[in-house]
Amino acid sequence: MSIVQILFWVLSVVALFSALMVITSKNPVYSVLWLIVTFFAISGHYILLNAQFLAIVNIIVYAGAIMVLFLFVIMLMNARQEGASGNKRWLTLAGTVSGGIFLLVLVAALKDSELKSRSAMVMDGQVGLIKVLGNELFTRYVVPFEISSILFLSAMVGAVVIGKKD
Amino acid sequence: MPINYYLFLSLALFTIGMVGVLTRRNAIIIFMCIELMLNAVNLLLVAFSKMHYQAAIEAGQLATQAGVDGQLFVFFIMVVAAAEVSVGLAIIVMMYRNVHSVDINFLNRLKH
Repeated sequence: MSIVQILFWVLSVVALFSALMVITSKNPVYSVLWLIVTFFAISGHYILLNAQFLAIVNIIVYAGAIMVLFLFVIMLMNARQEGASGNKRWLTLAGTVSGGIFLLVLVAALKDSELKSRSAMVMDGQVGLIKVLGNELFTRYVVPFEISSILFLSAMVGAVVIGKKD
Repeated sequence: MPINYYLFLSLALFTIGMVGVLTRRNAIIIFMCIELMLNAVNLLLVAFSKMHYQAAIEAGQLATQAGVDGQLFVFFIMVVAAAEVSVGLAIIVMMYRNVHSVDINFLNRLKH
């Protein structure tokens, strides 16, 4: 096994395990912390694919900003208790079974697709560098970029209006 | 790295997020599972971007722009996710203020 394969499998196992811990932890704070581990593993995958810009943005935006927002909201409210739902065990079983069926169908559909012989370039390639992406972002994608700034403005105004005490 | 591995890895991550949405009753954890699903899709987009880039390189186009679109799409998904989280958490805080719980079983007023 080469170093790339070892890194890929280690990062995949970490991502899957921490994602499972996100949905099985009882305490929401632990869920947030495991989700941060998942995001770091996915950033590791980005670095392995030489998508450096997205790896850094993923860490700064997701692990840095969004997860801190989640932690603040959880600590502001007492979200420990998962309300007493009578049908919880039945619901867990039904959800797991339907998720498993979803996975089974998609794996069976994609197992022998024409993608089987293709492969993704790892540890090399210029496409994920900041220079290339920034050049493209400010020439061909400048209109969506500006529209996303308006989206942020409206999201900020919306959050303030919704969260305002009245 | 074969693209199949990335396909099945992000499929598994997406399924875990979906099972979380279906089984958990805490609104914040459901929201986190949605973020997990978005990240699974992002990972697959980056892998496909590198797949197209490699195909273009092997076809002999050295100064290619193949694959840039996928990575910029991931960037815009992150932008939308950040905006979504700010508004969604504001809604959850408002809901907690009204019903003093984040359990979605209490959100059944539209039924009556």
